[in-house]
Amino acid sequence: MRGGRRTRGRTIARWTSFVLIGGYLLLPLIAMLDFSTRAPGGRRTLDPWLAIGQDEDLIESIIISLQIAALTVVGVLLLLVPTMTWAYLRVPRMKRPIEFLCLLPLAIPAIVLVVGIAPIFAAIRRNATGSPLALVLIDIVLVLPFVHRALDAGLRSIDVATLAEAARSLGAGWPRIIAQIIVPNIRPALLSAAVISVALVLGEFTISSLLNYNTVQVVISLLGKRDAFVAVAVSLGALIFAFLLILGVASVTPSGRRAAEENATGEPS
Amino acid sequence: MTTLTTHADGDAGREGVAVQLIDLHRYYGPVRALDGLTLDIEPGELVALLGPSGCGKTTALRSLAGLDEPDSGRVVVGGRDITHVPANRRDMGVVFQAYSLFPNMSARDNVAYGLRLRGIEAAERYRRVDELLDLVGLGHHAAHYPHQLSGGQQQRVALARALAIRPQVLLLDEPLSALDAKVRRQLREEIRRIQLMVGTTTLFVTHDQEEALALGDRVGVMSAGRLEQIAPPAELYDRPRTAFVAEFVGLTNRLPGLAHEGMVNVLDSQVPLLDGSAGAGRVTALVRPEAIRLVPDDGAEARVLAVSFLGSLCRVQVAAGDGTLVVAQVAAQEARDLRPGVTVAISLLKMPVFATGA
Amino acid sequence: MTEVAVPRTASDATAGAGPTSEGAGSRQLRRVRDYLGVVPFLSYVTLFMLVPTAIVVIGAFQSDDGAPTLQNIVTVLSGAAFRDAFVRSITLSAQTAIIGATLGGLLAWALMDSEPNGWLRRIVLSACAVLSQFGGVMLAFAFLATFAFNGLATTFMREVLGLDVLGGSWIYGMNGLMVVYTYFQIPLMVIIFLPALGGLRSEWWEASSSLGGSGWRFWRHVGGPILAPSFLGALLLLFANAFSAYATAAALVSQGSPIVPLRIRGALTSEVVLGQANVGKALALGMIVVVAIVMLLYALVQRRASRWVK
Repeated sequence: MRGGRRTRGRTIARWTSFVLIGGYLLLPLIAMLDFSTRAPGGRRTLDPWLAIGQDEDLIESIIISLQIAALTVVGVLLLLVPTMTWAYLRVPRMKRPIEFLCLLPLAIPAIVLVVGIAPIFAAIRRNATGSPLALVLIDIVLVLPFVHRALDAGLRSIDVATLAEAARSLGAGWPRIIAQIIVPNIRPALLSAAVISVALVLGEFTISSLLNYNTVQVVISLLGKRDAFVAVAVSLGALIFAFLLILGVASVTPSGRRAAEENATGEPS
Repeated sequence: MTTLTTHADGDAGREGVAVQLIDLHRYYGPVRALDGLTLDIEPGELVALLGPSGCGKTTALRSLAGLDEPDSGRVVVGGRDITHVPANRRDMGVVFQAYSLFPNMSARDNVAYGLRLRGIEAAERYRRVDELLDLVGLGHHAAHYPHQLSGGQQQRVALARALAIRPQVLLLDEPLSALDAKVRRQLREEIRRIQLMVGTTTLFVTHDQEEALALGDRVGVMSAGRLEQIAPPAELYDRPRTAFVAEFVGLTNRLPGLAHEGMVNVLDSQVPLLDGSAGAGRVTALVRPEAIRLVPDDGAEARVLAVSFLGSLCRVQVAAGDGTLVVAQVAAQEARDLRPGVTVAISLLKMPVFATGA
Repeated sequence: MTEVAVPRTASDATAGAGPTSEGAGSRQLRRVRDYLGVVPFLSYVTLFMLVPTAIVVIGAFQSDDGAPTLQNIVTVLSGAAFRDAFVRSITLSAQTAIIGATLGGLLAWALMDSEPNGWLRRIVLSACAVLSQFGGVMLAFAFLATFAFNGLATTFMREVLGLDVLGGSWIYGMNGLMVVYTYFQIPLMVIIFLPALGGLRSEWWEASSSLGGSGWRFWRHVGGPILAPSFLGALLLLFANAFSAYATAAALVSQGSPIVPLRIRGALTSEVVLGQANVGKALALGMIVVVAIVMLLYALVQRRASRWVK
């Protein structure tokens, strides 16, 4: 399918699908841009966008969400990197169960998780301060599937077993191996995992709202009832921000070798 | 009536069509995959295209198959210009390097696919399929799926599938490269046997020179999109026309020499020069290991460095008097007295050599 | 060559070389120590994922004072409102899964031949990641900006085309949910399905072509059958995704609770009616059952898919 004959019909079909479906996906985003820049008399204004910086609740919620995101990244990496490395090297039999447990959050709807965790959080609230940072505990669970997938790909791409054995034969102990050998070599995977986690935490609504914490999505939602224009502006801004974040990481990480091999261009041989 | 045209005597009445690639050019940006390739294949002939990776041999095959459209030039098969005919109307059988069997079909269904597309009825279809699977020695594996077959078996099915449609031309794109050595050699013989039996004009692409020399009626050596030389295997080996061919096919020693009037003086021996060589003054002669004679001689200056035992032959590394490293090939019996440290007298057999400018 | 007797050292024993009781014992100790390494992870996951799920499952079978009962289940199964919510949730998920899979599959196919590391693919995949995973509330606003009374599309149709067909309130109902859900199903399909398309080897297409097959015949006999399991798997994932979704509906639907997740919200936030406290848990249990079935089917289909495309 690559590098060979392409009938014109095929290319036309491809571009048509692309434009039509892509257009459908772009339409609401354009509508958001339009909506958030409307001024009376058919003119344009940037007021809603500027108002973002002035809404105190919003700024506060952004800061809180960023804090939660940072703690979530640290927490999930501290939890998973040693565990997965350990499984890879010492108890390979646990690899499958760990993978299963990490994928389980995909099968448990957030709304269901909230129902079950509400009692636990009520207990935490009674004893602790009730700070939104408690959400970190759940967000770590929510990001498990994505972080596991990224770390798994990273660990598989470096031959963990061989590197660890080489380090062991030279006299290194386990903590040193993880910190100085494994981690530096899976940096792209770590970065990818971190970015996905941040994006997910910033976009999380279900649990925050039902447990009554004011994270950024909750505040945006409340804002929608108060000032639709600013709400739409900040939504579009957040979407663009997340897009740039993910695009940035995708541009920095090296490509999957397998994908490159299978889709080799028509190079002469 | 047999459905396959078979000939007990390989030479008698070869069927098949003539193939001509005329001045093909194909560019990928600045890279010239094909740079004016012209190649004729006689009816029923097996031409092996040999060359390093990137030389354009696969591009040439794909242009013939219709899987790649050349930027200029013509492809003529059986007198018909098919340059712009799409691949699915060219009536060619292609065997790819690997992974070309449809994984969702059994060996039987894979081989029957082309026949099914042509609307041949089930009974007739499966009769031919069984005949072909027997021909490639896989009659018992008809119901197996590709993932249940070994690499060699998969390639046999691929061959049967290509032959099922009784193509005008058979194209094999490095079909043995993904297999291990022993299977490769076995399958090589089989492919040649079947090709001779069926008599289809065939193009075989490979980077393995042993394969090319063993299989081809003629072997074409390609480099940088052009055909360097095309000739029967022996002629290619003994009388290379360019330095590239001389060095790519077989082993060579690059030895300094002095050329004059069609002869060259190398290691104190005079040998004739091949056509196309550099003619005068200091040259580099490309000498085959088997053209070098070593005789133990206490007073000589050359010294044996190492001997590699290869069964019926030995490869002997010698440091000549002036320090040049020479690799000679000697029959095992004659190598008995050649041990590291022994001094030898070197001389060349009177086989013509190719020489390039120094 | 003389033989040297090598004395057996302590390290030989711990390397598990000999069947001495000392060696076997310390080997077992090491085994236990190895498993200890995964305990932190297991405890965390148990506490924050398995325990809450257990709370839901067990709570569904408990009455207000903790006594075992089937009343919650009965309430859910017999209540027309609850049954309707399930039917609507399932219908919505199925419809958007099918439409999303078809359109997303088409988009993935259009993207298939692009450079694997090219800018086009990277941009499209990043956009798909954002739109499918991170957007609940924000997507709701996007659609309001498009289809609400003053939305871009509504005003366009009204002023330019003279059609007031869209009205303006349909977006807040089930039809609105369908359009918005489809919107995030399409990118999800692209992300899930593109790798499967990538597994289609060019050799198959070329072999089919050289044997005389056209595009249609290839897809009918080779491409289609090979991709069918992956497509089905993706369809199931899309279903589960739509079924579990909450944020978009919460932001969009203003009246009532037509789908199950919103019903659960109602159960959580409303005043506790005597004897109804755990109905929310029963509803949640219902969701678990549906999603579990879908994921089971998905696992089965995936096994078939990976058999052919290794």
